[in-house]
Amino acid sequence: MELRHSTIYLGTTAGLILVLGGIFLYASHVVITSGPLFARKTALVRQLELTDLCLFTEASYTRHLSMTDPSTPFQDSPMSLEHFPTGALVVPPPHLVRSNGKHD
Amino acid sequence: MISVRDISKIFNAGQINEFTALHGVSLNLEMHETTVLKGPSGSGKTTLLGLVGCMARPTTGRIFLHEREITSLPERFLTKIRRSTFGFIFQQFNLIKGISALENVMIPAYSTNEKYAPLRKRAIEKLELFDLGRRAGAKIECLSGGEAQRVAIARALINNPTIIIADEPTAHLDSKLSHEFMAIMKELKAGGATIILSSHDPIVYDSDLADRVIEMRDGQIVSEEKSP
Amino acid sequence: MIEHHRHILDFTLSSLLRRKGKNGALLLVYSLIIFILASVLFFTYALKREAALVLHESPEIIVQRTMTGRYQTIPISWSDKIGKINGVISVRPRLWGYQYDTTFQANYTLTVPSENPPESGSIDIGSGISTMRSVYKGDIIVFNGHDGFPRFFTVRNILSYESQLLTSDLILLSEKDYRDFSGIPSDQATDLALRVRNPREYATISEKITHLYPEARPIVRTEIQRTYDAVFGWRSGLVTVIFSAAAIAFIIFAWDKASGLSAEEQREIGILKSVGWETSDILLIKFWEGIVVSLSAFLIGTILAYAHVFYTSSALFAPVLKGWSTLYPTFRLTPFIDFGQVATLFFLTVVPYTVTTIIPSWRAATIDPDAVMR
Repeated sequence: MELRHSTIYLGTTAGLILVLGGIFLYASHVVITSGPLFARKTALVRQLELTDLCLFTEASYTRHLSMTDPSTPFQDSPMSLEHFPTGALVVPPPHLVRSNGKHD
Repeated sequence: MISVRDISKIFNAGQINEFTALHGVSLNLEMHETTVLKGPSGSGKTTLLGLVGCMARPTTGRIFLHEREITSLPERFLTKIRRSTFGFIFQQFNLIKGISALENVMIPAYSTNEKYAPLRKRAIEKLELFDLGRRAGAKIECLSGGEAQRVAIARALINNPTIIIADEPTAHLDSKLSHEFMAIMKELKAGGATIILSSHDPIVYDSDLADRVIEMRDGQIVSEEKSP
Repeated sequence: MIEHHRHILDFTLSSLLRRKGKNGALLLVYSLIIFILASVLFFTYALKREAALVLHESPEIIVQRTMTGRYQTIPISWSDKIGKINGVISVRPRLWGYQYDTTFQANYTLTVPSENPPESGSIDIGSGISTMRSVYKGDIIVFNGHDGFPRFFTVRNILSYESQLLTSDLILLSEKDYRDFSGIPSDQATDLALRVRNPREYATISEKITHLYPEARPIVRTEIQRTYDAVFGWRSGLVTVIFSAAAIAFIIFAWDKASGLSAEEQREIGILKSVGWETSDILLIKFWEGIVVSLSAFLIGTILAYAHVFYTSSALFAPVLKGWSTLYPTFRLTPFIDFGQVATLFFLTVVPYTVTTIIPSWRAATIDPDAVMR
């Protein structure tokens, strides 16, 4: 017998909800079991005295966001060209904004 | 019995295009009888059918169904009565395009809590009554005029109504289809249905189906003929 | 009641299927919007959590030296006085800096580790460098020093791939090699790393440092962490552009819905009313229509976003995130998820869309059943 539209829709939606729920449960599980991984990473941070993630290696102020100073972006080029799009992706660290004013 | 007492219907009251469709009409319609309302366009036939069939409320007057007044019932109750008591066949069929004949027939019952399987079975039975069983899955646009008419009748019958109302049912049909329609109505009458038709087609009001022919003009009943 | 809803849902789905193209496109576009939004939410949250978790082991205070607002190397002699401040456990001069590789147009970070540094002539390199230059353990790399002369280093170790978000561009070398390479004099360092016993003393100690050395700039660990809390803040380019685009797309949807029903739709409502449907049934069609589209878009978009961020390492964002960098991590993130954000996304996806589907139909839903007869 031909399936009702609502049966197909409700079945598919229930399936998707189960998948999403399953994904979230799995994610929680991965987070819980990633203890040793984070222990190794934090040991590395401690050992190497790191202060920043290696997100953007384009320029010094995008590489070490927390260590930069406000004039650094402007030293990279006489025309003060922004490292686009990286420079536009991140906001200046709060401690810089606090001591050197807003960036807008 | 359906009893209509001194009803009037005014459209767009208080506006420039105010129009009185019915002036103080009174009428008793007996069960198991076939009544035909005849008259020219604008005589009030369609308006009267709409009021009798609980589709609208009169501006003044009262309507009784089986001695129970229904004039000022809340919409929900009126709708329930309409759904369970009346089956409508419209002039333009008013079928929904893009969905199948079967689904069109089932639609009036969608508003209830009836289970799908028995409803579907009943809908197929209704279609098979009119030789449309094999066309159940066809979309409305793919049906001929005669097939669409029969789907419209099947739809009107899905809730097993006791009263069938048809407004100008043969207006868009050729004479062959008109006669086919009348044949179906005769069968329904033989099964005990109460039928109320409006028409200005002689095929309808001159046929031996009609127990009573009521002539209307300018929103009033001008004459009444009973069949012997 | 359930059967009643299922009947209405059947009819609603039939209606939606009647205009497969239009409704299919609508679902696709809405799913895409949710996909992008959810991807941004997943990515930024996971990154921030990762940063918060690992950077809590960063040095408690870093002391930089500035002149005219610009960074300068710091005299190692400052360690003596700073080390005597109450609450400071240890002061260690840090040596690190940048090296631009003209051949590969890549920036490297050179650093001298406090523990287990490579012996002179050897380096440990990050996995990003190894991959980019196809250099492995035992290979030799050449870098030009500050004086223009080449220095040869043997690769001792490749830093783990799993730590690439921290170490991808790192080159670890001995102090002797770094000073020789960079030209930093023996009495200077890049900055000073302080270990402090009590977090409540950070502010006091920082004040004392600036009192001792007015050109010093202490950076406290909480500030380092806050940098990453804010990194993809609401005012960052990525987030602003994406959320603005989503808002505009939503306004376009809502406008289309709110501009009322077509004549065809109104006729259909009239037919349904005439065959016995109530006003509430008509509104239920619109409710289900809204739910079907928005809930489906949410589920599809969110599931795909999860796969995108945590299985493909945000492949679609990669060109934007990389920018002009030639050396970059693969953003393989641990799936930290803020369920509050997901719930908010769900409500913002489903409720406004469903409401903007129902409301314009209100008027048409109250049409008189006999309208189709006239």
